Amino acid sequence: MSAAALFSYTLALADDALVLGHRLSEWIGYAPVLEEELALGNIALDLIGESRALYTYAGALEGKGRDEDALAYRRDAHEFLNLLLVEQPNGDFALTIARQVLFSAFVHPFWRELAAARDETLAAIAAKAEKEAAYHLRHAGEWLIRLGDGTEESHCRAQDAIDELWPYTGEMFAIDDETEALIAEGIAVDPARLRPEWERTLADLLARATLTRPADGWMQQGGRRGRHSEHLGHVLAEMQFLQRAYPGAAW
Amino acid sequence: MSDAAALRERAMAAAAHVVDPEIPVLSIVDLGVLRAIEVEDGIVRVSITPTYSGCPAMRTIELSLEAALRSAGIEQFRIETVLAPAWTTDWLSDEGRRKLRAFGIAPPTGTTSRRALFGADAVTCPRCGSADTERLSEFGSTACKALYRCRQCREPFDYFKCH
Repeated sequence: MSAAALFSYTLALADDALVLGHRLSEWIGYAPVLEEELALGNIALDLIGESRALYTYAGALEGKGRDEDALAYRRDAHEFLNLLLVEQPNGDFALTIARQVLFSAFVHPFWRELAAARDETLAAIAAKAEKEAAYHLRHAGEWLIRLGDGTEESHCRAQDAIDELWPYTGEMFAIDDETEALIAEGIAVDPARLRPEWERTLADLLARATLTRPADGWMQQGGRRGRHSEHLGHVLAEMQFLQRAYPGAAW
Repeated sequence: MSDAAALRERAMAAAAHVVDPEIPVLSIVDLGVLRAIEVEDGIVRVSITPTYSGCPAMRTIELSLEAALRSAGIEQFRIETVLAPAWTTDWLSDEGRRKLRAFGIAPPTGTTSRRALFGADAVTCPRCGSADTERLSEFGSTACKALYRCRQCREPFDYFKCH
């Protein structure tokens, strides 16, 4: 097994969780109702907590003394390996919910599989994250149904959100050579095996929400190789400001 | 009793007083957060496990644990966070469940078997005991709780989620 490959794999999972967690935290103070503010804040907290455990492990794998803060706050956009989906701006509430549904419907079975994989630390982190993802999926799924099967306005917004984000879903199932090697060793999860369950979850939710599954067309990719949309830089500018201005600041 | 066993017992007694800052009726023993206390070469090794990945109480629990051990006269100790096996509400002690109910929080129901996507938990009101309750929000005042309302006594209450 290549240590560098496992480092990148762990880092990518950490980046997904941190960037989406940060995006959700941007709703604090703006959510439509208090209960939803708490919900989005709680989901953000889960994700950021998952990212901390993953960054700590990634730092140990790398062996260069980088801790969770160094990895989260002192890397530039091209070094982030998160999916393009999770860095997409919050948009309206429907877009935030659609993004959460598309991601959670993938990571929920992903964590379940990783919890049974051969790397003990990743399996332990996954066992916890799997239970959290189940709540995230249920919460976002309920909202998608409420919006899609709601008013004409909410239906249109929910359909627009799903249509807009669909081209970012292909990247979840793409793998590179390094990951393929990790899959062969039983350390990484083969995302192709998760596809049927993801499709079933989406088909069920979209049907209940009276929404239409978009056709698969051109899929945007690049996040896993550090090629991002313009949005990630803006996320990092805000998220990393303090550690960039005062490196090593602690309290 | 050997010195090591006595030291372990003293550490255990001190740790049993450490409570969850967000649910102060529960000790870390009730919660199942305290996994093990071992003594090796005069050094006390305490293992704790996080509840939710992002639970902000963990750092506070660690600090309280340090303070509790010191005030019990134990200076040589290491607190370690273990991730496996992952914490589950199945570890909540019966005493812990009783304390939760008395505190106005409905304890988790059942065990953490796989839930259906939209399967609702049957939650009993901690005040009047009615099973006629409804979920207001999946996410409540802390990561581990959901917000419910009793249709009988009309009181809202927290539910400690099954995890």
